[in-house]
Amino acid sequence: MEALDGNAIGGMLYYVFGGEMTMAQAECGHCGARGLLAECAVYLGGPGVVVRCRVCHTIVMVLVEVREMMCVDLGGLSDLEVPAWRSWPSDSTIP
Amino acid sequence: MAAAALLGRLTWRVATVTAVVDETPRVRTLELEIPGWPGHVAGQHVDVRLTAEDGYRAERAYSLASAPGEPPVITVERLEDGEVSPYLTEDVRPGDAFEVRGPIGGYFVWRPDDGGPLFLAAGGSGVVPMRAILRHRRNSMSEVRARLLYSSRTLEDVIYRAELDGEEVVHTLTRAQPPGWTGYARRVDTDLLREVAWPAEDGPLAFVCGPTSFVESVAAGLVELGYAPGRIKTERFGATGGR
Amino acid sequence: MKKETDMSFVSRGFRGRRRDARADPARVPPGQSVTRDFPVLSAGPTPHTPLDQWTFSIENGGVLRTWTWEEFRALPSEPVTTDIHCVTRWSKLDTAWEGVSVDTLLDEVDHDAGYVLAFCDGGYTTNLPLEDVTGGKAWVVYTFEGEPLDPEHGGPARLLVPHLYFWKSAKWVRGLRLLDEDEPGFWETYGYHMYGDPWRQQRYSGD
Repeated sequence: MEALDGNAIGGMLYYVFGGEMTMAQAECGHCGARGLLAECAVYLGGPGVVVRCRVCHTIVMVLVEVREMMCVDLGGLSDLEVPAWRSWPSDSTIP
Repeated sequence: MAAAALLGRLTWRVATVTAVVDETPRVRTLELEIPGWPGHVAGQHVDVRLTAEDGYRAERAYSLASAPGEPPVITVERLEDGEVSPYLTEDVRPGDAFEVRGPIGGYFVWRPDDGGPLFLAAGGSGVVPMRAILRHRRNSMSEVRARLLYSSRTLEDVIYRAELDGEEVVHTLTRAQPPGWTGYARRVDTDLLREVAWPAEDGPLAFVCGPTSFVESVAAGLVELGYAPGRIKTERFGATGGR
Repeated sequence: MKKETDMSFVSRGFRGRRRDARADPARVPPGQSVTRDFPVLSAGPTPHTPLDQWTFSIENGGVLRTWTWEEFRALPSEPVTTDIHCVTRWSKLDTAWEGVSVDTLLDEVDHDAGYVLAFCDGGYTTNLPLEDVTGGKAWVVYTFEGEPLDPEHGGPARLLVPHLYFWKSAKWVRGLRLLDEDEPGFWETYGYHMYGDPWRQQRYSGD
């Protein structure tokens, strides 16, 4: 299957992180490539969601929903910069 | 209500279908009424969640086709092996309802202040967010130049055909063309882009949406033409699995 | 992080994936529905290992036995027609495969392992008890419905362990690592069940 991109999981990321995340800049822990989460390769794998570096394909993030819990593995990232949200808690879904 | 405030407005809400419009044999537009809808930005999408009586759930993301200020509207293409799209395009009637979360998205969005000139490239149902952008541009009387390159399989597959008629839309029909067709009749390639896209020296802002292979090929073509990679925004739709 | 536990709104007439209504219910594990489609779900890009570089190995720290593609194809193979069940709720009945029984492969090595970890191109892994891949319960298959297995569906070869949820039937399999103790593979690490029996709905750890 072809990869989608971070836009496809915008809602899930918003739920997990509490705000708009597709504009967050991620750094791949394996090759150092930096890119927006919106542009990362996303695989809706069935059992869970896998986000990969667009350059070296290494996994940067895994999100798995098991029963009432969301398991989030960010271990593949060496950096994640989230743009400042206008207000917290967010009263707008737009950064 | 407190929970809604904590999570911003991104909680699941019940959306009621107020009208359906069959755009093409496989594509249907659903006009929605969503209590508490906060409004949206052109290019954003909603997550739609369907729950069956046995508790089985499926979720998909659909771009909003309406402009900011207009009621929320989504357009859905029926996928062959789809789980959600056959229900939304064939079974849903006005009065039916499902859950919606959104609006979502801060990357693939356009506001008049973002300027242009705008080059929009859409493959198939990738035209949905482009409609929102073009309507918003028109509604806000923006003077930003815009052009839409829209790739479809056949004329019958062109969504919003009447609305998109005009010099700012260039069609290409990749599988079959009607008699007398003088437009493009092939998949988008760099030569086609060179003829249709704004020149790179104009500093255009590009939005590319559609199947992954379309998006990657067009984005690469625009980079080849000199577009700044940071001014090319991409949104990939899937044929299987997601979206 | 806890999800909101809400009473979900049921949508009139929604039933999920296109179902095959003719399916014998006795063949359908709880919570599953039978489809005639064959969804493609992956955790990563489709690998494309050239056949002249492809090998299948049995390892236990070191390599005990390895086969090239030619050697693998020369092994005795058998047709397998079976039902498969994906943890995402779809099942497919009477799928037709052809491949080498894992018994045939393990017969060539001396070991007393209790478990195996299947490893694959792209890095995917999944764990299984040894007794669930022997005794005629598992194969490494390379043909589906009479055609060479499509890369999208795991070709050139994938593991097939139909009595467990289909995430255990690892795509793009390149070998089995013999283990003394059970070790979670990729999805198991994130909370999926270590064993995965569809008849007991063992989807998640703790089920």
